[in-house]
Amino acid sequence: MSVVTVQLGQCGNQIGFEVFDALYTDSHCPHGLCSKRENEAYQASCKERFFSEEENGVPIARAILVDMEPKVTSQTLSKAAQSGRWKYGQHSCFCQKQGSGNNWAYGYSVHGPRHEESIMNLIQKEVEKCDSLSGFFIIMSMAGGTGSGLGAFVTQKLQDQYSNSLKMNHIIWPYGTGEVIVQNYNSILTLSHLYRSSDALLVHENDAVHKICAKLMNIKQISFSDINQVLAHQLGSVFQPTYSVEGSCHYRRNPLGDLMENLVPHPEFKMLGIRNIPQMSENSLAYSTFTWAGLLKYLRQMLISNSKMEEGIDWHVRPPLSRLPTLGKASLNRELQFNTSIANLVILRGKDVHSADLGGFKDPALYTSWLKPINAFNVWKTQRAFSKYEKSAALVSNSQFLLKPLDTIVGKAWNMFASKAYIHQYTKFGLEEEDFLDSFTLLEQVVASYCNL
Amino acid sequence: MTQSVVVQVGQCGNQIGCCFWDLALREHAAVNQKGIYDEALSSFFRNVDTRVVGDGGSISKGKICTLKARAVLIDMEEGVVNEILQGPLRDVFDSKQLITDISGSGNNWAVGHKVFGSLYQEQILEKLRKSAEHCDCLQCFFIIHSMGGGTGSGLGTFLLKMLKDEFPDVYRFVTSVYPSGEDDVITSPYNSILAMKELNEHADCVLPIDNQSLFDIISKIDLMVNSGKLGTTIKPKSLVTSSAGAVKKRHQKPFDAMNNIVANLLLNLTSSARFEGSLNMDLNEISMNLVPFPQLHYLVSSLTPLYTLADVNIPTRRLDQMFSDAFSKDHQLIRADPKHSLYLACALMVRGNVQVSDLRRNIERLKPSLQFVSWNQEGWKTSLCSVPPVGHSHSLLALANNTCVKPTFMELRERFMRLYKKKAHLHHYLQIEGMEESCFMEALSSLSGLIEEYNQLDATKSMPVEDFPRLSVAM
Repeated sequence: MSVVTVQLGQCGNQIGFEVFDALYTDSHCPHGLCSKRENEAYQASCKERFFSEEENGVPIARAILVDMEPKVTSQTLSKAAQSGRWKYGQHSCFCQKQGSGNNWAYGYSVHGPRHEESIMNLIQKEVEKCDSLSGFFIIMSMAGGTGSGLGAFVTQKLQDQYSNSLKMNHIIWPYGTGEVIVQNYNSILTLSHLYRSSDALLVHENDAVHKICAKLMNIKQISFSDINQVLAHQLGSVFQPTYSVEGSCHYRRNPLGDLMENLVPHPEFKMLGIRNIPQMSENSLAYSTFTWAGLLKYLRQMLISNSKMEEGIDWHVRPPLSRLPTLGKASLNRELQFNTSIANLVILRGKDVHSADLGGFKDPALYTSWLKPINAFNVWKTQRAFSKYEKSAALVSNSQFLLKPLDTIVGKAWNMFASKAYIHQYTKFGLEEEDFLDSFTLLEQVVASYCNL
Repeated sequence: MTQSVVVQVGQCGNQIGCCFWDLALREHAAVNQKGIYDEALSSFFRNVDTRVVGDGGSISKGKICTLKARAVLIDMEEGVVNEILQGPLRDVFDSKQLITDISGSGNNWAVGHKVFGSLYQEQILEKLRKSAEHCDCLQCFFIIHSMGGGTGSGLGTFLLKMLKDEFPDVYRFVTSVYPSGEDDVITSPYNSILAMKELNEHADCVLPIDNQSLFDIISKIDLMVNSGKLGTTIKPKSLVTSSAGAVKKRHQKPFDAMNNIVANLLLNLTSSARFEGSLNMDLNEISMNLVPFPQLHYLVSSLTPLYTLADVNIPTRRLDQMFSDAFSKDHQLIRADPKHSLYLACALMVRGNVQVSDLRRNIERLKPSLQFVSWNQEGWKTSLCSVPPVGHSHSLLALANNTCVKPTFMELRERFMRLYKKKAHLHHYLQIEGMEESCFMEALSSLSGLIEEYNQLDATKSMPVEDFPRLSVAM
């Protein structure tokens, strides 16, 4: 089954390019560490999901590019075409002349309705190219105007028009110290709308990825390109094919469906985070070896202590004793900064994958009381190595990962809202104070729900 | 991509405008090696086949034929505009883009605004409409003028209301040169205050400039150039005050260096909208991020570096110095000290070989020494444009919405009061039809209202930052 990607705004398009590049490069990587037949099955599965039939041998990404001003999309299209390895469809791009001005209301209320037909038509065309549709992957930032506002609008329309297909939104959480001054407003408006119309929100925080670039990848002058590449690597390690129950050479067919089934048991909890291990520069990789036991030990502690990467982990955080009654457990967790999970998915790729012991992830103490670990925890495997890493493990988690960042954004937006700053910029385009209040109410609810796990 | 139209009014406005077009051509010539008329060029220039008579000459793609500036030049005296039309930029302007008169406004806002306003209203509107029609997607009007005289001040602000009514969706960015203390025009306080009211009501964004600050910057550069310090050779063309060497061969006139600074300001402001970068910032984002309340739309600007030294390797320390300088009071284009006042919002527009980590490192470093208003503690807007200005490897334009503009306004009000109390020169204004004392009173009250807003914000400066109680949710 195929995934149709919608890249929105500057961020969405810049990231989208890196994602397709990473997927393509990995699927054609000569270091697969598996049999030729295995590798071919992997490649075919990846292709079915993300690329469509080639014209003269060049695969075309199953994506549409949307932006309200032309600079980024034309850059993205030409970068892909120049690589000679894969490209975007000739007619897959929709852009306008004037951007959304970092204004969520402009993206949602002006650009949305104005361009609804054209954008939905483009999506329809892409969907028709798929033999069978797994769903939509929408890449957008929260801080700006197009990704956030138009992204929220398009997701809603997808909900209406393709009610049987799944939608996963990939959201970029902006740096804490501003990229955009009104980013907190744009963020809360986006999140509240997406919570109603999306099936899952897969979040990447710029601050976290930036730290990975600085500490693990040892990059001195970090550019957005570097950040996007790390991000694309993490996404690739989740979306590339893994075995279905039948075992090797048979790959799962429905990536989005399987992700949702495993990770989003309850609509109140749909925020997912990714952790990936190991993550290092190519130079260091040549000198490192790993064991599954080591990798999984680190990954588990990253989950429990809410660490974003394998350096600087707090090893003091422990899961609580499961003998305590539920109420006591909740408050103790908060004190210990223990990260309670609703559901976790571990994806293992590489050598000796079947020997990996995942007992540590099945401990009931990691999870809320209303799901048994057998339902809350899942593992996907493939022997085929990912992107030069002999062994790599990814964790997709529905847990309290994003509780603090969400709480922080809501707090800052609320302070700004209380002083009425910038509100006139939004009401100019049809948004009312009521709409802000609705968003705050919904998000406070989400914060409270996650807090009380 | 969008287009912008520059409206240059009065002597000051036209002289600055002239420098702007000079530098814009130089910048695009450096970037556009193939001579193809691209979208970046189209933001400020039309591509015209001059052999075609009338209006049909516009060419939208392909090789550059003749570039015409998207500009309207207005002056009630002929001297300055004539000089432009005889100078090296004569082919860039169309005679159809000019509106001139012979008598001048006599440094009288009322003459500029009321007399010439009504006399030339139709003509101006027609020229503006024409220039708008030549645009695919017009986003912004850039108005350049001075506040202290008669034409720039009076007619320039008369335009604002017209633009607001006629093109309500197009932004109005005004670059206003405020009179400094030693200004030789006696009535400049009257003209400025009367103009301020219009700016308060009809401009989206104002970039105030002060001649004295420009002059101080130039002195600083001259000192550097002539100091003969060991190992400090300045790269030619890298001075923020230099103009296109090839186009202007004559020795620079005294105001030229100062005008070039303002021209650079406008180029850097629009660079991220015209050229590519990893984090673009369009013109509509300036207003969105930097204007939290409609009346508070005055932005203090600073440009760094002022020059580039000839050594090619820029160590991190120098890059960081560029960021530090942007906040020093010596680099601001008006007399202001943003570091010791309150920030409502700040934008950092970076050009050249600077990455997001450099930006973040410097924000973290400088943040503790700056005071931001309680509801905007992290009020930073940033942009990264890949194309550096000519002669530099990187540059930074900082725009601050900061209470440090207040002293400028307060001084202006004081100078106004000194004249007004004695009714000095008032008759020159009151004899113009449509002018009454109430005009002065309204203008004064508009300015006082603005000052009061800044006062209230300043009062919150030393108060502890308290979070507003959040909504509580029933579980």
